[in-house]
Order: sequence, then structure tokens, then C-alpha cells
Amino acid sequence: MDAQEIRKIVLVELKRIAPELEDVAPAKPLRDQVDLDSMDWLNFLVALNERLRIEIPEADYRKLGTLEQIVDYLAKKSA
Amino acid sequence: MIEFKLPSLGADMDEGKLLEWKVKPGDKVKRGDVVAVVETPKAAVDVEIWQDGVMHELVTQPGETVPVGTVMARLAGAGEAAPAAAPPAAAAPAPVAAPAAAPAAALSRHPVSPAARKHARELGVDVDKLPGSGPHGAVTVQDVEQAAKGAAQPAPAPVPAPAAARAPAAAPAVAPPSDKALAMRKAIATAMSRSKREIPHYYLSQTVPMQRAVDWLTAYNEKRPVTERLLMGALQLKAVALALKDFPDLNGFWKDNAFQPAQGIHVGVAISLRQGGLIAPAIHDVAERSLDELMKSLADLVRRARAGSLRSSEMSDPTITVTNLGDQGVDEVFAIIFPPQVAIVGFGRVAPRPWAEDGMIGAVPTVVASLAADHRASDGHRGARFLAALAALLQEPEKL
Repeated sequence: MDAQEIRKIVLVELKRIAPELEDVAPAKPLRDQVDLDSMDWLNFLVALNERLRIEIPEADYRKLGTLEQIVDYLAKKSA
Repeated sequence: MIEFKLPSLGADMDEGKLLEWKVKPGDKVKRGDVVAVVETPKAAVDVEIWQDGVMHELVTQPGETVPVGTVMARLAGAGEAAPAAAPPAAAAPAPVAAPAAAPAAALSRHPVSPAARKHARELGVDVDKLPGSGPHGAVTVQDVEQAAKGAAQPAPAPVPAPAAARAPAAAPAVAPPSDKALAMRKAIATAMSRSKREIPHYYLSQTVPMQRAVDWLTAYNEKRPVTERLLMGALQLKAVALALKDFPDLNGFWKDNAFQPAQGIHVGVAISLRQGGLIAPAIHDVAERSLDELMKSLADLVRRARAGSLRSSEMSDPTITVTNLGDQGVDEVFAIIFPPQVAIVGFGRVAPRPWAEDGMIGAVPTVVASLAADHRASDGHRGARFLAALAALLQEPEKL
């Protein structure tokens, strides 16, 4: 799966959690743009896990600050 | 004959609108079954029945708004023969123009995302009758759009649908979202004004070291897939419930000028809704649940609260409330008690702060736990001991 497809899935799942979301600046911290609490974040990761079959250890959460970082991380993991 | 009355689903509810019956006369029901869906200012709630029996008469009709305590239906209890005819209409309080025929059985209700609900209102689609394609059968924005297109064009499948399932796009059948938001605001205003007017709050807080809890949680989650991980909120809920076992004067209700201790420890969880407002439904018997069970219950409750699919017992049973605003970055919460409860526990964010221990100062993760309690039911001394017990429990996360 290429980065473009992953990005699409990430945005779909993000919008499922935060339906009011319109545009996401890819390099800006996600939590500054979207009101995500810990439960939303966990649900978001569970959804990505179900869609992409990629396990994201908790220790890697800090690498997932922006949309860009999330897509890069998942693209590398799926390669 | 047993009367099934509209229950109070919180201090902020005076009346409710019956959206749908889930049963019809002649149906057997047992304790805990959902028999109706009632709209309150905060949510559409699945209302359960608390007796076994056979439904005899549905007094309230879908669409009617009735006060709390109104007899909505009658049922024959176990072993009781149902009378051949319904009681005279005079016995029924305020049924207005009840249709002679029973309403058509509605399709089962799915969770609906707030965005889908909003979009449905704009397009005049009845979301409660749509099949959902989202997670857990939730109705999504796409489902609504699909349904709106289907309503405008002839349906491809030759399945006869009730006329109500295809509301005309030009005439939305439900109130616009601003009215819903206003109703939610009004409900919160009523409950919180009553609380501040009637309840003499006292406030206490304690900074709790969380290094052990953080380390334990990190190690616990490290071995688990994302679907089985715990949040710190689950540990905090369990610790509150366990601490309450020794402080029954914080777990219950102030009613009729006296404190009434609760039978169980059912913790209301304050959940913010994306469209604004909040709701605080209960997780039952929190002290008896394992952390894994509690986490599942918490995730399920948050999902259903946000999708607008809660049960009446969850709305009416909280014996205390916990509010956690740590994700929003606050250090400390000064919460307002949800009447008739007598206490609310708040948590701020878990963050590294200077902390002195054994004569050394270091940066360790801490959280400020706060208690707002009703001074009519307990005193500050008890509240302080409760917070100390809570702090002690959080030092032994493996025992939670």
C-alpha cells in the first residue's frame, strides 16, 4: 500500500472520530487541529490497526504527532 | 396490573418525548429489557423495564411528550391474567389523540454519529430507520447521503418501506440542530443552577504521585495489542470506586432533606459531546470489575454516549461522578456536583512536576485529584481521608 492510500485511510478514520474536521495541515501537530482525547486517540489507532493490520506500540505514540508523521510511520511499517 | 412510568433519567429531566415502542401488547418482557426509546434534552435513551410480565396496553403514543412519572404503559405481572379489555381512558393521564391502531413496528435503532444526525436533519432523513454501515452498525454521513438520494429517486430494491422512512427532503420532521443544542444547554443550566443553589459544596484537592501507576500502565500496555490497552482513566475510575467502599457518605443521594446511601457504586463518567454539551452516564458496579472489563465498559459507554445510544439505567443510576479534564491540559478540576448525588471527583492531567520524596526533589508524573462534596452529607475531614485513600490506591496499581 502506498503513502497516498494510507493517507486516505488515515483521513477517513480521523473524520469518523471527529466528523466536524475539514482540512488537516499535514505538518502541524494533529492535537492542535483536532479535539482528540485519550479515548478518541485510542479508537483512532484501533481503527487504523483494523484497516491496515499494523500494530502500533504505545512507545511509538510520540512519533505520531502530525498527519505527515502518521502516514510516514504507517508507510514504513507496511513496506 | 403493573404501571410502567416514564422514569427520571437525571436531575435535568422533567419530561420526555416517546420516540418509539420496542414492544407491542402481548409481548413478554423481563427485567432489564429495553421497551421504549425516549428523547430527553440530552440524548435519545433506551428505556428499560424493571418488572417481568406481559405488555398489555401502550398508553403513550410515539411523538407524545409526557412528564416524568406518567404511566406510559401497563403490563400484567408474572402469573397475573391480562384483562380482556384495556382500562377506561380516564385512568390514563393525558394521552392526547391516541391513534386506534398500534404504530408500525420501527426498525431497530443503530448508533448515529453526531455529524450524520446533523446532516440527516438538513436533508430530512430519518436516521433511526437507516441501516448503518459504520463501526458497530453506526449510521454514517455517507449512509445519510445515500438515503437522501434514495428518497429523491425510486428505491432500486422492491422492498415496501413505511412512508415515514422516507421523509420529504423539503420538510424536516425534527427540530433543527440549534434547538437540540439549546435544549442540551438548558438541561445543563437547570441541573447546575440547582446544584449551586441548593448544595453547599466544599472543595479539596491532593497532588498524587503517579510514577508507579505510569510505569505499571506502560508495562501492561507494552505487551498488549492496541485493542486491549488500558487508559489511565480506567485506573482512576477503579481507584475511586474502591476508595468509596470505606466512604459510603460520599456515594449516594441527598433526597427529602436526608442523605440516602446508594446500594452499589455506579460511577457516572462525564463525557463531552462533539456537538457541545456533556452527559454523565454510569458504569455499574465499578469496584467489582477488572481493569480490562472496566476499560471495555468505558470505551463502549463513550462510544454510545457520543452516538446517542444510552440506556435508562445508565442515565438514572450514577451514585457519584468522575470528571477527567486532563486531556485538555488542565491541572485541577473544581467540579459541580450533579444533584441529587453528593460528590464529584475530578482529575487533571498527569504530567511531570517537581516532587519531593525522601529528601530529594525530582520531576515525577503527578495528578491533582479533587473532590467537590455536599457538606450536608459529609464533612471536609471525611473528604480529605477519601482523597488520601484514593492516592494510596493509585500507588499500588497492580492491586486495582
